[in-house]
Amino acid sequence: MDSLIALLNNFIHDWPNLSLVIGLILLPLLPLIISVAMYVWWERKVIGWMHVRLGPNQVGPMGLAQAFADVFKLLFKEITVPEKASRFLFYLAPLLALTPAMAAWAVVPIGNRMAWSNANAGLLYLLAMTSLGVYGIILAGWASNSKYAFLGAMRSAAQVVSYEIAMGMALVSVLILCGSLNLSDIVNAQAGSKGLFEWFWLPLAPMFVIYFISGVAETNRAPFDVAEGESEIVAGFHVEYSGSAFAIFFLAEYANMILVAFLSSVLFLGGWLSPFQGWHLGPLSAPGWWWLFAKAFGMAFLFLWFRATFPRYRYDQIMRLGWKVFIPITIAWIFVAGCLAFFGGVTIGPGVNP
Amino acid sequence: MTQQILFYAFAAVLVASALAVITVKNSVHAALCLVLTFFTAASIWILAEAEFLGLALIVVYVGAVMVLFLFVVMMLDIKEEAVREGFIRFLPVGVVVAVVMLAEMLSLIGVRALQAVPLPENPALAAGSNTSWLGKALFTQFLLPFEVAALILTVALIAAVTLTLRKRGGVRSQKPGQQVLVQRDERLRVVKMASEAPSTGESP
Amino acid sequence: MNRVVRYIKSLFLLELLQGLWVTGKYFVKPKYTMQYPMEKIPKSNRFRGLHALRRYPNGEERCIACKLCEAVCPALAITIDAAPRASDGQRRTTRYEIDLFKCIFCGFCEESCPVDSIVETDIHEYHFEKRGENILTKEKLLALGDRYEAQIAAARAQDAAYR
Repeated sequence: MDSLIALLNNFIHDWPNLSLVIGLILLPLLPLIISVAMYVWWERKVIGWMHVRLGPNQVGPMGLAQAFADVFKLLFKEITVPEKASRFLFYLAPLLALTPAMAAWAVVPIGNRMAWSNANAGLLYLLAMTSLGVYGIILAGWASNSKYAFLGAMRSAAQVVSYEIAMGMALVSVLILCGSLNLSDIVNAQAGSKGLFEWFWLPLAPMFVIYFISGVAETNRAPFDVAEGESEIVAGFHVEYSGSAFAIFFLAEYANMILVAFLSSVLFLGGWLSPFQGWHLGPLSAPGWWWLFAKAFGMAFLFLWFRATFPRYRYDQIMRLGWKVFIPITIAWIFVAGCLAFFGGVTIGPGVNP
Repeated sequence: MTQQILFYAFAAVLVASALAVITVKNSVHAALCLVLTFFTAASIWILAEAEFLGLALIVVYVGAVMVLFLFVVMMLDIKEEAVREGFIRFLPVGVVVAVVMLAEMLSLIGVRALQAVPLPENPALAAGSNTSWLGKALFTQFLLPFEVAALILTVALIAAVTLTLRKRGGVRSQKPGQQVLVQRDERLRVVKMASEAPSTGESP
Repeated sequence: MNRVVRYIKSLFLLELLQGLWVTGKYFVKPKYTMQYPMEKIPKSNRFRGLHALRRYPNGEERCIACKLCEAVCPALAITIDAAPRASDGQRRTTRYEIDLFKCIFCGFCEESCPVDSIVETDIHEYHFEKRGENILTKEKLLALGDRYEAQIAAARAQDAAYR
């Protein structure tokens, strides 16, 4: 009993420290949420331009405030719950979708060892967090007690589990080349004197493509958005959601998209390294967070470009692509990557401690 | 100190959710409690600095196995009443089995505890990272058991597929593999022809 | 052999890149969207919008209650009652109503009118706030005619050569 009281006492004494830690944890969420809002605006603009339209241009200069207007509209709307829904799970599902999407950001570095957690098993942690996001979708579909929502949830479950394998294999090939699960180490391994040709996209080109396409499938984005499938199952898993509950699903989806954009930049495009590294071009050759953000912006743009270009895959086509095309290619290329690493076909930059 | 509090908190959640798995009525809720159990177990492992095992538990069990499990449970539509029908009838048998299992486990642990040797130094600490130590051990010292386990799992996978795969006759289904191979020239013919003036006079 | 080549070709995603190229080109193309309430496309002088009843320059209403428009209206949107006017006994309408919910804006009433009384203006931005406002009464029609006479006359003058 005494020890328990001592424990609690200690906990109370630690509290200021803990609250500081919690504040630090919450700090990166605000820029993330704002960038999600800007990303939504940019998506509508880009898709509009690709349709030879103008996109939102009424609210604020260039329509910049449109996303915020939408957010406030959603927050003020009523949340309706279907009568026979499982209420607790219905409210829990959006949070289960949001939490992993936010938690994954803890290990994403924006500079050398500049991450909220410079964990050694960072890549595994990311894999774990991205695989958790599907629970929000499944539970939303089941708890809504609606046929359409349930169909969307089932589709999403099968799709995410299938593409996770290809995604994991692509990550394994990166691991083989650099020999570390730490994301900063992975970027450092891509440093060198040959500019952008030192990065992993060159030896792992098929894996880069597969990783990004699996990322698109994993985030349920067009052309793999069968979980929503407006034309056949109305809106899929979130058909019964409205107001802020829907907004949270929206936030989680876009946070995941930005995450995949950042990760593909970190894993395959040299993170914060300059594309002109080692070419002695003065400040152009210097590494910095701006390079990472520029790369991530480019990858995020690809998401929108895909959405504006490709029609939705049919469900059996998605399954075929995942199981019969991607997984065999990844297995073959893991062998190639192993050979490259063993015979020294890839130079690993300094600063990696496996 | 914080670690200790976290351990007790996680342990309490673990035990409570494990109990909930076998007591809640709804099978989907039970599966979700199992997810929570796995997740908390993984957290305790990470707390014990076995981060690879903990994260692998989340990736494999929570991220993949339980998703498919939930998939099946949701599709099955089990009637709650029917499940609970035999609860009282089979209770004595269940209690006997549980008591026997408990006695066995306690005796085993007791025998082990009598001849316990102090744990050796954690070899993972010397290697720096837990994950790389585990990888090196698996691929050198335990290579044969590892490969045998992989082979057994592959055999089980293929066996499961061959057991459940059935070709039903008379069912027309799409084969996307063939569909994507179709070329435009096989389906479409562009015909060049001279333009024709509409015939004058009365309409046909 | 051909199939193998095609399969390997498909791995390079050439068709998908072609698609991306198309949307990429449209991404940078100049946009010609009209910013509608701020910018408007010029309307034809034959535009058939809201109806109006015209008057002669001396203020006398043109309509002589011949009921040709009522007869020709395919949607039966026009209702006319007629009686001798109290002051001089001329045949005039006592009621001239157009139900805009029924009207299909075909312009037959305007074509059939022997005295160019019922016309369709180029107004297409109007709305109803209450039930019953969809009925254009004679007073409203005449008021519309008075208000937009300049535009109506100009449009008729422009089109006169082709009638």
